[in-house]
Amino acid sequence: MMSRNGNLTKLGHSYRCFGGGVANWMKRLIKTFVIGVILGLLGTGALAWYVPAVDIHRERSLVSVQTNGGNIEVFHINLPRDRIMVGLPNVDNSIPAGLEWPGEEFLGDMQAELFKVRNSDDTVIGVASRLASATGESGPFIEWVVHLPARGTIYVKMEITPSADGFRNGEMLAGSRDFSVLSGSVREQFIADVGEDADAQGRIRLEAALVGQLGDEE
Amino acid sequence: MKYAISLVLGLLVGAVVFVLGLYLNPFSGQATVSPLAVTSERVIDLSFSAVPGDGILYTDHGETVVTPHPERIAELWEPAVHETSVYVTKVESSRGDFAGIGIKFSSESEQTAIVKGDAIANSAWHIYLPGQGTLLIDQTENFWSYIRGVVIPARTSAGDNWVGSFHAITTNGPGSLGTARVTGGSGLFDGMTSESVEALTARGYSANSGPVSIDGNLTIEFTELAAASE
Repeated sequence: MMSRNGNLTKLGHSYRCFGGGVANWMKRLIKTFVIGVILGLLGTGALAWYVPAVDIHRERSLVSVQTNGGNIEVFHINLPRDRIMVGLPNVDNSIPAGLEWPGEEFLGDMQAELFKVRNSDDTVIGVASRLASATGESGPFIEWVVHLPARGTIYVKMEITPSADGFRNGEMLAGSRDFSVLSGSVREQFIADVGEDADAQGRIRLEAALVGQLGDEE
Repeated sequence: MKYAISLVLGLLVGAVVFVLGLYLNPFSGQATVSPLAVTSERVIDLSFSAVPGDGILYTDHGETVVTPHPERIAELWEPAVHETSVYVTKVESSRGDFAGIGIKFSSESEQTAIVKGDAIANSAWHIYLPGQGTLLIDQTENFWSYIRGVVIPARTSAGDNWVGSFHAITTNGPGSLGTARVTGGSGLFDGMTSESVEALTARGYSANSGPVSIDGNLTIEFTELAAASE
């Protein structure tokens, strides 16, 4: 009798030990899992917060200081390589082939061009549009919008009549981001002779002379 | 070993829960009503098809689901313009008549932060409206609600497409009310500075070819200065 009771006691004891072991093991496993979930949440959050989703490629700004303040930056467009689109009143002459340009019927003599824009190192740094009309219903105009993804956009209104030197001067009407606090002028020039550059038959040179706004004097 | 597996499973579940939280976050929606709806100034409403294939020209780096067109258009593959697209389209008046031409430059922005529900693009419209003049619209746009409501459902659906009804204001700055900045260039707009808002209305999107049925709308405030010069 004693022996039978002793066996039962032993069995109960080992069951408690085994059951308790399983419970502790499960508890530790669940605890590890919960810690993993929290770390996963925090880690993904930190990753999303600190790793930039967009990393824009930047080229060095090649500017020179101009007399009496501000700076000068020269952009250029190699023709025809950097030409993306030319929309002309005569639709048949528009570029690229297959462009369904509305033409003279809708836009009168307005001419629209799209280009890639290069810096002084001959590296593409942005895109630009040039709209021009000599006899539009709302008056003649020549305008540039130069969009530099890493820096901002410049909106320039050019004078209709070029200077005797072959330049056309323009005034910066607006700028965004890096250019939002700047004002100044832009000079446009078409250069037919580009020397040794075999790829370019001509070049449009845009020289921006921009100056920051004067701060309030204390 | 079992603890390591448990930890890794926990990390994965945590990451999935975080991503689901971002995707389902009810506080990261976009406005559907224009801040200019209550303006006392006159407004110009311009609409256009935001389906690149319906426009006059579309180009980007050429590796997206949207095919640049016309066929022989130059692509923007250079590193500095790789995240940029150019779209040229006819714009129509609220009556559906031809109103002019719009050129939209759009670049992904480093302000993009998915954790805040911001998928930001810096964009600029150069617009010519015959008989009225030219203007520039400079804005930042947030496409997160469009990505969440249209693009992701299209990519996760069995048919790789999305059909439904979606409308959102994409403009979210730089104006303090979430409006774009407008600068007049010539004609009636000469000297004008005002505000604008762009909206998208989508009905169809394909994960394989991009937008199928999407209309864009530009609401431009026409300020006193310009009205006085009429």
